[in-house]
Amino acid sequence: MLEGLLIGLQTALSIQNLLMVIAGCLIGTFIGMLPGLGPMSIIAIMIPVAISMGDPSAALILLAGVYYGAIFGGSTSSILLNAPGVAGTVASSFDGYPMSRQGKAGKALTIAAISSFAGGTIGAILLMIFAPALSSVALLFHSAEYFALMVVGLSAIAAFAGTGQVSKALLMTLVGLIMATVGEGALFNMPRFTMGIMDLQSGFGFITLAMAMFALPEALFLVLKKKEMGGDGGGKIENLRITRKEGRAIAPVIGRQSLQGFFVGVLPGAGATIASFLGYAVERNLATKQEQNEFGKGSVKGLAAPETANNAACTGSFVPLLTLGIPGSGTTAILLGALIALNVTPGPRLMVDEPQVFWAVIMSMFIGNLVLLVLNLPLIPYIAKVLSIPRNYLIPFILFFTLMGAYIGQNNATELLILVGFGICATALKFADYPLAPSLIGFILGRMMEDNFARSMQLYDGMSFIIDRPMTLALLVLAALLVVLPSYRARRAAARAKGVSEGD
Amino acid sequence: MALDRWIAFIILCVASAYAYAAFFTMDQLLPPFMQRNPIWPSTFPKVLSVLAIFTSLVILLGFEAPPERSAEPEIDHRRLGDYHIYQALALLGLMVAYALLLRPAGFLLSTVGFLSIGGMVLGERKFHILIPVAIFATGIVWYLVDRVLGIFLSPLPYFMQGG
Repeated sequence: MLEGLLIGLQTALSIQNLLMVIAGCLIGTFIGMLPGLGPMSIIAIMIPVAISMGDPSAALILLAGVYYGAIFGGSTSSILLNAPGVAGTVASSFDGYPMSRQGKAGKALTIAAISSFAGGTIGAILLMIFAPALSSVALLFHSAEYFALMVVGLSAIAAFAGTGQVSKALLMTLVGLIMATVGEGALFNMPRFTMGIMDLQSGFGFITLAMAMFALPEALFLVLKKKEMGGDGGGKIENLRITRKEGRAIAPVIGRQSLQGFFVGVLPGAGATIASFLGYAVERNLATKQEQNEFGKGSVKGLAAPETANNAACTGSFVPLLTLGIPGSGTTAILLGALIALNVTPGPRLMVDEPQVFWAVIMSMFIGNLVLLVLNLPLIPYIAKVLSIPRNYLIPFILFFTLMGAYIGQNNATELLILVGFGICATALKFADYPLAPSLIGFILGRMMEDNFARSMQLYDGMSFIIDRPMTLALLVLAALLVVLPSYRARRAAARAKGVSEGD
Repeated sequence: MALDRWIAFIILCVASAYAYAAFFTMDQLLPPFMQRNPIWPSTFPKVLSVLAIFTSLVILLGFEAPPERSAEPEIDHRRLGDYHIYQALALLGLMVAYALLLRPAGFLLSTVGFLSIGGMVLGERKFHILIPVAIFATGIVWYLVDRVLGIFLSPLPYFMQGG
C-alpha cells in the first residue's frame, strides 16, 4: 500500500495533474453553482475535453475534481439563494439559507467548506482502506459472478433511485440495456438492430446519450421555468470566520457523518442525495431538545451534517467503480464511460495493472479537497458573481456546449440530430417522473453484462452456471428481492391505508 | 391516460418490435457453426425484450401502487402553456438548424449565429453586447478545440475553404 501511495503521489503531484485538479475544482464550482445544472451534466460536458487529453490519470483527476467542485458549488447556491444546483445539496439549504438570511452567509459557507473538506478527506482515507480489500476479494470472481453482480447493481439502482416507483426505474434500466445492444458487439462480429442505418453501426455514442439525458433536459427546464435564476448573488459575503464553540459543536457531527455518508455512498443507487438527507435526519434526532429547535432556522449542525455526508458519499461511490467496475450512480457511470473510452477498464485488475491510475485518483481526492478549502473558499465571493450572469447568455452557451460535446466526440453532424431527438425523449420522460440515471447506467453496463453472461454460458454450456455457482445464485436471488420487496411493501402499505387488515 | 402510461405504452411498442426482431429475424442469419454455441447473438436481446414487455405492462396496467404525491412537480406537463414552451421549441429548432448547418456553413459562422439567435430567442435585445460576446466566445472555443486540443473543426463556409 505504501508503494502504491508513493506512486499515486508521484503521479498526482506532477504539474500537469495539479493543474488538472485545480482547473477541475474551479470549473466544477463555477458550473455547479448554477441552479439546475447537476454534476452529471457538467461531467458529461467535460468528458470530450478529458478524453482528448489522452492520459487516463489526468482525465480521471480532472473529472473527479469537477465532481467535488460541482457538489461544493451546489452548496454555495443552496446557501446563498435557496436554489440548490445539485440534488445532493438540497438538504444544505434547510439550514444554510436561514443562516445567510440572518447575515451569516460567510460563516455558512465556511462551515460548508470545512465539512465538505472533512467529509471528502475522511472518505478518501476510508476508500484507501476498503478499495484494495474489496478488489482482492473481487479478483476471485468469475464472469458468472460478475454478471450476477451487475444484475444486483442494476436492481439496487432501480430499487433505490426510483421515486417510489420501482417499475419505472426498472423499465428505464431495461431501455438502457436494450440501447446497448444496438450496433456491432465484439462478441459476435455482426451488427444487430441497426435497421440498416450506417450511423448506428457502432452503436449509440455514450457521450451523446449522457448529454441528451442530463444536460439537455436540465437546460430545457431552465428555459421553461418562469422563475428567474439570477439574483444578487455574492453581494454580501463577509466574515468567513467561525467561533470555537461552533467548531466544537460541528466536530462530532462531521465525524459521524463522514462514516455514515461514505457507507451510504458505497451502496449502489444511494449516493450523495440520500446520504445528505439521511445525515440531516440522523443528526436532528441525535441533537438535544434545545438544538433540535434550531434545526431549519440556521443550525450549524444542520448545515454541517448534509455537507459532510454528501461529500463523503461522493468519495464512497468511487469504491464500487474502482474495485468492481460497476458504477453505483449516474455520475460514476459517466466516469466509467470516460475511462472505457480512454482504454482503462476499472475493476479488480485496475489496481494490479494500472496502479498509478488508481492511486493517483485517491491522492488527487486529497489534493482536490484541499484546493476546495484553500483556493475556492476565499474566491467564493468572486465566483458567486456567476450567479448574476443573465440567463439570456447562459442558456445558449449551455446548449452550445452540449452540442459541442456530442460533436467533437464523434466528428459527425448526425450525432447532433440524435442528441436533439434523445433530448426531447428524455425531457418527456422527465415530465412523467421516469428516472433517467438508471437507463444511462444500464447502457454503460449493457455491453459488459452481455459479455460476462455470454462467457459464463460458454463455460458452462448453458444456463447451469446459475445453479452450479452458489455465489451467483445468491446474488441473483438478492437482486430479485431488491426489485420485488419495495413494491410489495408499497402495496401492503397501500392496502393497510385502505383499511385492509394484515394477514399473518 | 396519464403521461407516464402513454410513455409505458410507447416503450411497450418499441420493445415488441425489438422482441420481434430478436425472436424472428436474427437467428436465420446465423451461420451453422455458431448455432452449436450455447449463446446466440439473439439470446440476450430475447431476455431483455421479455423483461421490458413485462415491466412496461406492469406500468401500463397500473399494477404497482402509485406513490403518494409529496411535492408538486418541478414542471407540470399538463400546463405547458404556462411555461416558456415556445422559447424551448425555438431553441430546439435552432439546435437542429445548427446540426444541419455546421458542416456547410462552417463552425465560426454557425456558432456565432447560434449563440446570438439563441440569446435573441430568450429575449435579449442589447445586440451591441450580445453579438460581440458571441463572436468572442466562438473564437475562444474554436481556438481551444482546434488548436489546443487538436480536434479539427472546419472554420469557414464550404465555398471559402479553398479545396
